[in-house]
Amino acid sequence: MSARSSQVSVENVSKVHFSLKGEPLLALQDVTFCAENNEFFSIVGPSGCGKTTLLNLLAGFEQPTRGELRVGGELISEPGWERAVVFQEYALFPWYTVRENIRYGLQRKRLPAAEQRRLVDHYVGLVGLRGFESRYPRELSGGMRQRVSIARALAVNPSILLMDEPFGSLDVQTREYMQDELLKIWQREPKTVIFVTHSIDEAIKLSDRIAIMCPRPGRVQEIKRVDFARPRDPTDPAVVRLAAEVKRWLRQQAFAEETEPPGAERALSG
Amino acid sequence: MAAAAPRPEVKPASPAADDAARLAAALAPPRPPAWRRALSRVANFWLLAAFLVVWELVSVYGQRINPQLDVMMPAPTTVVSAAAELAKRGVLFTHIVDSLYRVLLAVGAATLLGVPLGLAMGWSKRFRATVDPLLEFVRPIPPLAWIPLSILWFGIGDAQIVYIIFLAAFFPVVLNSLAGARDVDIYLVRAGLSLGARRRELFTTVVLPAALPSIFTGVRIGLGIGWMALVAGELVAAPSGLGYMINNARTLFRSDYILLGMVLIGALGLVLDFLMRQAMRLAMPWYHGK
Repeated sequence: MSARSSQVSVENVSKVHFSLKGEPLLALQDVTFCAENNEFFSIVGPSGCGKTTLLNLLAGFEQPTRGELRVGGELISEPGWERAVVFQEYALFPWYTVRENIRYGLQRKRLPAAEQRRLVDHYVGLVGLRGFESRYPRELSGGMRQRVSIARALAVNPSILLMDEPFGSLDVQTREYMQDELLKIWQREPKTVIFVTHSIDEAIKLSDRIAIMCPRPGRVQEIKRVDFARPRDPTDPAVVRLAAEVKRWLRQQAFAEETEPPGAERALSG
Repeated sequence: MAAAAPRPEVKPASPAADDAARLAAALAPPRPPAWRRALSRVANFWLLAAFLVVWELVSVYGQRINPQLDVMMPAPTTVVSAAAELAKRGVLFTHIVDSLYRVLLAVGAATLLGVPLGLAMGWSKRFRATVDPLLEFVRPIPPLAWIPLSILWFGIGDAQIVYIIFLAAFFPVVLNSLAGARDVDIYLVRAGLSLGARRRELFTTVVLPAALPSIFTGVRIGLGIGWMALVAGELVAAPSGLGYMINNARTLFRSDYILLGMVLIGALGLVLDFLMRQAMRLAMPWYHGK
């Protein structure tokens, strides 16, 4: 299983979106980076910097206007289970129970029934939802729903996990708990994780490397390596220093953006 | 919301959860006894009951002042005895069965044809663009305007009335199925695709269930409008049915039959809608709609 390469490479990717009025907008400009095998790679930046667009391209939901995205050397042309996605709003099928949601991808892979049962059982346990298999998503709390969504993505055994602000709508305690759980799972079943977030603290806590993006046009400004040993203590002076540095730097960027164009632009971002 | 329905198949996650469940059961205010709940439900009908009593009194005692009231406003008790009379002769049952048969046949056909058409239109933009002009051309014509032409086509009988009801029910079914399939949450479609669903699987596992509430809404509306079209159609031209019964009673000056027909039409409409809602709950246990 681990033989297949899960290196993710993004080369000179640009993406043009159209506004409702039909005006072209440069959502991404010449984005280039490479996430290594089993690396935890985060993408941070303010809203509108194109990080979700980038994730959609990686998932295969959209095609780049220019440039190439590859997984293990192969071009990404369409969505597929080898790049499973965890969405911010969970995107669980409301008409399926927890068990059926997690089994969904396994059925699509045409696995034997016994194998499906075994895997569902394994991942239900892994995300701590034993006893809730027969519940519908609407009967679960936000944290539990996101755990189902993670289990559903992991169950198909993807080589890459794409996560789009997965913990963004959880309360602080649940979010920290989920971050710890995600790290444990990732260490137990290594895979390449592309993790989109707007929280710098979250990115520093989890990632091997962090790509920092800036808006208008969306582009990668810098890629930072986080070398501290896990689990990381957010009060560790080195961690605090790195977080402060990145935040200061992002603020400067935002400030530069705001002062450059005339008044109307400032009103928008304020 | 989870607490509303007890689910015996769910085992508590931990001893702590077990304790919490026991504590919740102990703290919950006791449910009022069954007779109390039944009484409070019946109590909601006092206004209806008062209305019927006032009607009865006005009708019975009003006749002393104005004898015409006998025909103009038959008393509820008179309507009940009219029902008994017609039932004994066996006609009432025939009228009800004929009307129900027509409406169920027509709405069934409208569902069988309308749901696939609507889903296909919601699913494929190109198909929608092709079919839309024709559909929008026919749709604004009221079903009742079809009656004269349909009598020429089918003669007076079941086929003609079924056709009118079908027209009435078809469009709400199509348009609601269309909206259901078109407005599927894009994230659910993407989730399906990224988990390896092929196009056909995506349709059966995501688009169809997501559209199901809208489909049911469409059929419910279609049934309601179809029921109205049935009565209108039977009033104009029919060999039997509740609408025919009303119209026939008019020529015989039997206002008690007229009123009986009206009450039955209302009650049967209510029953049909109730059955639809039960079907919805059975088909979509995950959907707690209003």
